[in-house]
Amino acid sequence: MAEAGRGLPAIEPGMPAPAGTGLNRRSFLLRSGALALSVYGASLLRPEAFVEGIAEAAGAQGKVLVSVFLEGGIDSMSVLAPVGDDTYRRLRPRLRMAPGAGPAWTEDNRLQWHPSAAPLHQLHGEGKVTVVPAIGYPSADQSHFTSRHYWEVGELNTRTNTGWLGRMLDAVGSDENPLQGLSLDGSLAPSLATSRVPVAATWGASYDLWAPGVWGEVEDLMFESFGRLGAAAEASRDAQLSTAGRVVRQARSLREELRSFSGEVTSPVPYPDTGHFPESLAGLAAMLDAGLPIRVAAVGAPGGYDTHDEQAEDLAGYLAETCDGLLAFQRDLEARGIDDRVLTLVWSEFGRRPEENGSAGTDHGAGGSAFVIGSGARGRMIGEWPGLKTLDEDDNLRSTADFRAVYCSLLEQWFGIDAGAVIPGASGFARPALIG
Amino acid sequence: MSVPVYHGRFGAKQAERLLWRAGFGPAPGQAQRLGRKGMRKAVLSLTRPKGRPKLRGPKPHDNDGLPLAPQDAWGHDLLWWLDRMVRSDQPLAERMALVWHDWFATADIGQVSLNLKQNELFRKRGLGSFEQLLLAVTRDPAMLVWLSGNENEAGAPNENYARELMELFTLGAGNGYSEDDVREQARALTGWTNDWDDTRGMVNFRFEADRHDDGRKRIFGHAGNFDWRDSCRLCVGHPAHAGYFVERLWSYFIPTPPPKRTLQALKKGYRRDRSIRRVVEAILMHPALYEGPRMIKPPIVQIAGMLRARRSGVTTDAWTWIADEAGQRLFQPPNVAGWDEDRWLDTARISGRWTAAAWNTRDVAVDTDGYDERESASEAVSKALRFWGNPTLSAKTKSELRRFASRVEDVARDEWQQSAYRGLRQNALRVLIVMSPEFQTS
Repeated sequence: MAEAGRGLPAIEPGMPAPAGTGLNRRSFLLRSGALALSVYGASLLRPEAFVEGIAEAAGAQGKVLVSVFLEGGIDSMSVLAPVGDDTYRRLRPRLRMAPGAGPAWTEDNRLQWHPSAAPLHQLHGEGKVTVVPAIGYPSADQSHFTSRHYWEVGELNTRTNTGWLGRMLDAVGSDENPLQGLSLDGSLAPSLATSRVPVAATWGASYDLWAPGVWGEVEDLMFESFGRLGAAAEASRDAQLSTAGRVVRQARSLREELRSFSGEVTSPVPYPDTGHFPESLAGLAAMLDAGLPIRVAAVGAPGGYDTHDEQAEDLAGYLAETCDGLLAFQRDLEARGIDDRVLTLVWSEFGRRPEENGSAGTDHGAGGSAFVIGSGARGRMIGEWPGLKTLDEDDNLRSTADFRAVYCSLLEQWFGIDAGAVIPGASGFARPALIG
Repeated sequence: MSVPVYHGRFGAKQAERLLWRAGFGPAPGQAQRLGRKGMRKAVLSLTRPKGRPKLRGPKPHDNDGLPLAPQDAWGHDLLWWLDRMVRSDQPLAERMALVWHDWFATADIGQVSLNLKQNELFRKRGLGSFEQLLLAVTRDPAMLVWLSGNENEAGAPNENYARELMELFTLGAGNGYSEDDVREQARALTGWTNDWDDTRGMVNFRFEADRHDDGRKRIFGHAGNFDWRDSCRLCVGHPAHAGYFVERLWSYFIPTPPPKRTLQALKKGYRRDRSIRRVVEAILMHPALYEGPRMIKPPIVQIAGMLRARRSGVTTDAWTWIADEAGQRLFQPPNVAGWDEDRWLDTARISGRWTAAAWNTRDVAVDTDGYDERESASEAVSKALRFWGNPTLSAKTKSELRRFASRVEDVARDEWQQSAYRGLRQNALRVLIVMSPEFQTS
């Protein structure tokens, strides 16, 4: 990984593209026009860092990982249902799916897609979905928060406070570019939490700050002062004051990067009209296409999957919204010609109990599903369907793939980064083939 | 062994911190008045207020000038509570309700009247016995719906409430219970149900003996024909409970964990009668509150505090979406674990706080036409501080504000800019003060 330079540079309107940066005219125009960058602090940068920063900003070849979290623990046995299995029919008297209700899964004909997951079936048929049918970790924890935490931090340690993607950015990211780790749901995704480098959170693809009755030169000075207040507090020994200072400083620089990237995104393909999730994905595709230096992004899937009651209806609706959005995103990336740069990991904190509960729902379980989607995905299953004959000690589905092994493969095969620098105990995990 | 008590200087500055931690910040002059009482009396005036709470100041209204309709209109639940935070003369009662709203985090269950009833419970019992509070919450209709207690029936148990009762409400994740305990607790908690009425919705919440599993259960190594009351009592009697309770309650007021001896003393006091007030008073009198590091204000506290500082009431529906953007939409906690107090701030949430600041200044922005063209930089800063009731800010922050104010004078070259830029400067200073990192913390 090249040293990332100093992140987004300051570009003055009308400046020529520096020679040798690999910056083509189109992306330069996008950056200097659509992204009216301010020149504050530019004089503090070494000239070479300035150039490196532009190269990075224009680094339209960089690989990107999008994390899509299905909150609540999705019922993997509904996404891919073992409809022919007698034990399944016995354990799921009310919730079982009828044979033929959805398309069969071509890699294991014991399993059938949920009708709402038809878009995944379609992409899988094109070789663009790697399915992990029973993913988890040993001695699965059935607490939402503990299990989710393990997935977010990439190890089975409740005290870790950096995310696995955050640690990746700490290892190879830039000191100055908050866009490298972008959470699109209005708050920082814990898997992107870093200890060293900045990351950003926005609501969708826009970011601006505006003060009533303040404009022009005075506005510029106000934001300069805002950034200075942040930097001064960041240097404080008082931990929370320092946090507030860091966020203030980052907010000021993020505004410089994004404020002119208007919320009006024109997509080359139609997206479902279901709100924040498809809008965020559409915005993300446009931002990547414009060459913004995003490396990892996180967005939450619509709905909630903690289906203790009346599971069938909730799950069908949420799953459809999620899968329709993911399909549109993939088609958008393809239409823009950047699909080879972007991979999406879809995950949930656990699966659900094979035996349904008394409320036409399911309680917390263990082995769950994950998907790796993208034109670069290998498209062959990781692990296998473990069947229902033997369950774990809590009567839950056994897992046949460890989420940390998937993380190691993503880091090495997708980003070309040594997983040992990011995932504790990385050498002890398999490296399932995810790419290619 | 007793809990250490703060004996240092107590004046307006300390009272200001106390009001932010145990309330929603000072109204103009309030910190000075409280500071004259001395620390002990100041704390007791918050924890043992006299009489019923009174709401002082102008009544809240929505964008159309109409009274709030918390049960019916979207977002008015938040406005209704925000108004109490801004106007109540017993701010700790509201702050404790906020603690319990996070502790027993229940989101909108589609029938706001039930969430509002639960909120009343938090206000009424917020400083009483935790055991009584827990029993009341366990049978509270909003909670019964939220965590499937009303679906939990003999022969067909639902583990939803049982797990969170231990993991989030009384013991902490994996702290002295097993998966078998979760399943047995679920059996003990069976029996609650309700009816559906086409016009009124969910009604008639009740315990029905024939829906209850009255067989023997084994919980934490004890065996018996336990029911929902036993379930709660077994949790608060569990050896791990007092430590979980005290540390978590402490964390709402002080950002660093309690020293070991303090923790031991607080646990001992709490075990006597499980009085919440006793623990809260000890925390609010502890040296760590006054001498310890600063603490990021929760977003809704920051928002209510800005309105209090301006003596302004709730006059717009916008606070609902602004609070959401800032990361704390009341009645919509992100999940049953409540808000993540370690992550109040990121670039998105600070943008929500910025929006809140802008909505405080926009209707009262100064007119740049004819603004005093002789106003000096330090006069401008003092005037902007007065706008917010003169909050305490460090010399460092004030000096950056003055630097900004003089830089504006430097760039005001033309005649017309002398007045106009000073007007813009005043509007900018107001936002900068409450958006300074210092003002995000107390």
